[in-house]
Amino acid sequence: MNLNKTGTHLFQGNEAVVEAAILSGCRFFAGYPITPSTEIAELMAVELPKVGGRFIQMEDEIGSMGAVIGASLTGTKAMTATSGPGFSLKQENIGYASFTETPVVVVNVQRVGPSTGMPTAPSQGDVMQARWGTHGDHPVVAIAPGSVAEAYTATIRAFSISEFLRVPVILLLDEVIGHMREGVSVEDVQAVEHLERKRPKGSKSDFRPYRDDGSGVPPMANFGDGYRFHVTGLFHDERGYPDLSPEWARTLMKRLMGKLDAHRDVHEWVEETETDDAEILIVSYGSPAQAATSALRQARAEGLRVGQFRVVTVWPFPEDALAKYKGQVRAVLVPEMNLGQLRLEVERVMGDAAPVLGLHRADGELFKPAEILEKIREVD
Amino acid sequence: MMQFRLAGTGGQGQILAAIILAEAAVASDQLYAAQSQSYGPESRGGASRAEVVISESPIDYPKVDKPDFLLCMSQQGFDKYQDDVAEDGTILVDTSLVTVPETHRHSRVVGCKITETARKNLGRQVVANIIALGLLVRLTEVVSPEAAKKAIANRVPSGTESLNLQAFDLGFELDPSLDCFGLDRSF
Repeated sequence: MNLNKTGTHLFQGNEAVVEAAILSGCRFFAGYPITPSTEIAELMAVELPKVGGRFIQMEDEIGSMGAVIGASLTGTKAMTATSGPGFSLKQENIGYASFTETPVVVVNVQRVGPSTGMPTAPSQGDVMQARWGTHGDHPVVAIAPGSVAEAYTATIRAFSISEFLRVPVILLLDEVIGHMREGVSVEDVQAVEHLERKRPKGSKSDFRPYRDDGSGVPPMANFGDGYRFHVTGLFHDERGYPDLSPEWARTLMKRLMGKLDAHRDVHEWVEETETDDAEILIVSYGSPAQAATSALRQARAEGLRVGQFRVVTVWPFPEDALAKYKGQVRAVLVPEMNLGQLRLEVERVMGDAAPVLGLHRADGELFKPAEILEKIREVD
Repeated sequence: MMQFRLAGTGGQGQILAAIILAEAAVASDQLYAAQSQSYGPESRGGASRAEVVISESPIDYPKVDKPDFLLCMSQQGFDKYQDDVAEDGTILVDTSLVTVPETHRHSRVVGCKITETARKNLGRQVVANIIALGLLVRLTEVVSPEAAKKAIANRVPSGTESLNLQAFDLGFELDPSLDCFGLDRSF
């Protein structure tokens, strides 16, 4: 493993995800290879056996998602990886993981859709699907790293958030980040904190697997450790047995949806650049943020007051952090490799405070800095 | 900052050459590098393009906009990208595979029979990409030959290290009289 060395090494984004997953203690991977995520499955198959972990190539993405949920219930940190068409297939079981509060990390290296689309070309077309792809109201976290180095730290944080808050975390890469190679400092990666799953203490006979301990996140027992529990996708009581009464449904949903609000410090992740005196704000995420950073530097050199609000954890959307700029900025630009998805959230937060202008492309090409710079000049 | 584009056909190893170049910059020469590629759904044949940006300071935008150096190992690559090259940029052409119009031979175009040299001198056409890398390092001096060799040894399939190091040296020291043009010019 390269992470055992010191210094700076060249890594591919997908490779970074694998290295960071293993560093985080991931010991189970089930998947079905699909471009542009295939390197993750290939490398997991090589690396997991070396650390006593298990790799299974499943019959399809539905089975893969089921397998990682099963592994996680036994107490093993588990991950799967896919792209557009496979992400669609995983949705039903993502809902199951969310409702049964089973920690899993699902990597989606986005390619151009809809359908088979363009297998080797980048996109950010699955942002809304990451939030609402499975049916029903449900908590979910999605993280979109903006560089290879950040793919590392994002993967470590994905496991931390998933384990600590018992929630599925979608790692929303795009083909550019997945396939690009950059230098990564091993020391920087090793400095990232890891959070773990809370385990039950005390009497096994009194154990209630879904009882709130006040934190909104019940401690989780490993299947087979003697703390008995039942897992179902039906509305369930504190023991895990079905309870479909309206009163209980309200109680359960309140806790389930509230746990992310109560632990915002665990999942919220925004990187702000030159925003103090900004009059024009770029809200970006994923690989377009790199073109935006380059455009920002050129615009600043021209004396334009531009700042960048880079969203790394896209779901839950960091609404309060963005709302600070209401009244300060006179325009907001949102570059996305889709026809307008996260822009809708930005519009919702900014309201009438400033116009929100989208730069959208869904043609398989990444933005060039010049396109964003041109838009900045236009707005200024 | 220097931008490199390596264009050819899937299976020639353009992406591997680009990875080696980026690794030499990052791991040995304390530079920043970003390497990316574009290719079609097929793994052999079809147009393949690999890119590397190398800089002394952190890189904001990792893709190649205006290459300072273009390697063409397919006619399609030459025809498609020759006009993208920066004004003072260099184009290295494998003349075993690409025909360069006479009019181009006075500009900053270097032509060598790279694939043919691989076949004739080393008996293996597959190392043409590493010969090209040797030429690239010699012409641009973007990384040290030592750094490139270390990256080659780390990245090529095990058992082929000495063949590939030989290929690099052959490219780095290529004799201009070997069916090359432009190589004796200083850039």
